[in-house]
Amino acid sequence: MRFQLIGVNHKSAPLEVRERLAIPESRLPDTCRDLTAYPGIEEAMVISTCNRVEVVTHTANGHADLRGFLHEHFHLKPEELDPHLYEFREKDAVRHVFRVASSLDSMVVGEAQILGQVKEAYATARAVGAVRGQLDQLFSRAFAVAKRVRTETAVGSSSVSIASVAVELAKKIFGSLHGKNVFIVGAGKMSELAARHLMAHGCASIFVANRTYERAIGLAQKFNGQAIKFEDLYATCDRADIVITSTGAPHAIFRREHGEQFLARRKNRPMFFIDIAVPRDVSPDMAKLDGIFTYDIDDLQQAVTSHVADRRKEAEHAEAIIASEVEKFEARAATLDVVPTIVSLQDHLETIRQAEIDRVRGRLGQMTPEQEIAVEALTRGIINKVMHTPITTLKSAAKESEATTVVDVVRRLFNLQVKGKDDQAELAAKKDEVGTRQ
Amino acid sequence: MSLLWLRFALGCYFIGLVYAFVALRRTSDLFARIALHAASLGMVFHFVSLVEVFLSGQFVWASVHNGESLLAFISMTFFMVIYAIYQTTSPGVVVFPVVFFLTFVAAVDQQPVLLTAFVQRRGWLIAHIILIFTGYAALVLSFGASLLYLLQERRLKSKKPTSLISFLPALEVIDQIGYRSLLLGFPFMTLGLLTGSVVALTTYGRVNFLDPKILLSVLMWAVYMIMVFTRWNSGWRGRRAAILASFAFVAALAAWAANYFSTIHRFAS
Repeated sequence: MRFQLIGVNHKSAPLEVRERLAIPESRLPDTCRDLTAYPGIEEAMVISTCNRVEVVTHTANGHADLRGFLHEHFHLKPEELDPHLYEFREKDAVRHVFRVASSLDSMVVGEAQILGQVKEAYATARAVGAVRGQLDQLFSRAFAVAKRVRTETAVGSSSVSIASVAVELAKKIFGSLHGKNVFIVGAGKMSELAARHLMAHGCASIFVANRTYERAIGLAQKFNGQAIKFEDLYATCDRADIVITSTGAPHAIFRREHGEQFLARRKNRPMFFIDIAVPRDVSPDMAKLDGIFTYDIDDLQQAVTSHVADRRKEAEHAEAIIASEVEKFEARAATLDVVPTIVSLQDHLETIRQAEIDRVRGRLGQMTPEQEIAVEALTRGIINKVMHTPITTLKSAAKESEATTVVDVVRRLFNLQVKGKDDQAELAAKKDEVGTRQ
Repeated sequence: MSLLWLRFALGCYFIGLVYAFVALRRTSDLFARIALHAASLGMVFHFVSLVEVFLSGQFVWASVHNGESLLAFISMTFFMVIYAIYQTTSPGVVVFPVVFFLTFVAAVDQQPVLLTAFVQRRGWLIAHIILIFTGYAALVLSFGASLLYLLQERRLKSKKPTSLISFLPALEVIDQIGYRSLLLGFPFMTLGLLTGSVVALTTYGRVNFLDPKILLSVLMWAVYMIMVFTRWNSGWRGRRAAILASFAFVAALAAWAANYFSTIHRFAS
């Protein structure tokens, strides 16, 4: 498990630095190739988003000069770059990758975009052959962990923009928004955005009232809605279930008496006022009426903030999941580390066995098929018995810190050759075989 | 034997009861699912118990305890129907405790007070019991929905951060559950009272309106009618509807309790 990771993110580096490090999508394959050609790097992958640039590698000895690579590649002086860099190795690198994929390291914790971006980066690096056995396993696991975090915690559940909070609130009041009518009072950008969100969630029709009637017509046309003259506002407003208001009026335009009128005409069916005007368009005493719900810009903002806070709380739960997943990954990777040795050992002894049988066969002369089978069984039995203890020891040592020492001793004792990195995939496949045989 | 099944059902409903208390404090999908399964299993036991009572041959359906058991079962059926339509277990917050209480009372022992009076129109009596209980169950649900409506309305108005994460369904969904239960329950309650009057008339030859059971039943029916009317006419919701629903519920409880001291409805001559 010789993972090494280096990078910058929104917390470690200002935008100016991140901008200089950003790698356009078209250049990612080349960068991956450059990385794998760099001394000491076996596999590499680059994650480059607007909030982070990270190089994830699997190295030959765990000490590749990733900083040097960045300096060269981006033509940056160490003093410009190094203060903003973070670097993780082995277990810490695994944890960081898991956190990034699970969106715990994001600016808005829980946002879903990052997982897609990591998956893209992975696909790009894989396509150019920069990601093989080790990084492949790391990222396959990271995607599984991200999924687990998403399903087992509510870290990505709440929305975080004013428009989406407005939609969520409307859904809490009306359930489905299908067939609901929206009234925009004062044609502003923000109310247009909120209206667009509401329409996307199934609202049926839209009314627009504005002091300048022409602007109302213009906005209404955008939504296939109906423009209403401002003086008809109070007569028609009760037709809407959701009112988004953002006029520049110095005083409240919706007061308690209006609310009472609306409710009477609507037979008390609830109404939701989204007041994004400053100063407010809806007088605070409107909220005292049963069936009228008003949210001003501060309330919406507070809901947004609390969602972010909720996500942070859930993130703690997510961190616990990640910690346990890192442990599991480490244990698995360690087992994988001893597999090449076990396979070499088995191959070595099998060669000796075959050679000995061939040698003895000349002396014994022609054997009957039964005798052949008996000799095979006898020699195999001896080999298996002899190998049982070393293999068990290797496997149990894999879970401990002494793994490397034990592996070294076994290799020296039996004079085993270390397999090249191209054989990694084959070895991984043999892992199951080893497990079955034992 | 029927009592044993009923006690099994009670055990299952207890999980529902615990859910009702937990759900008010925090949301747990897993617990909601457990409660739902436990309640379904409870209903199976409960059904077996009711069938055994029915098959026992003696006409013990009109005992107060068996009546409570039947009412609990119908309430649970309503709850399940709502779950099937709206996919929400939140009415359980009110329904589970009521059902648990009714089943608990019914499962304590065999009911000693039996209807021994000679009833001429047995078919009418059975119709009376089933109709009126369906009406009661609808009322329980409507009352529950009006309380949940108040709770949800308060949450939405408080604008507290937690108001967005809540186990309650949307306000309009709660409103619909309450209103539909109300509309469904009213004809049952009306017909139930009418059939009851027919039974009383044929048994006693007259209806004594001063009897507490009859007086309270009529009062409950009147409140029920006012609820349906105000809702239909001016769309009363929220606080006002909840007050009316509570009033109807208390009247229903009183009418039920009157079984223990009514001379006509004592189930004994």
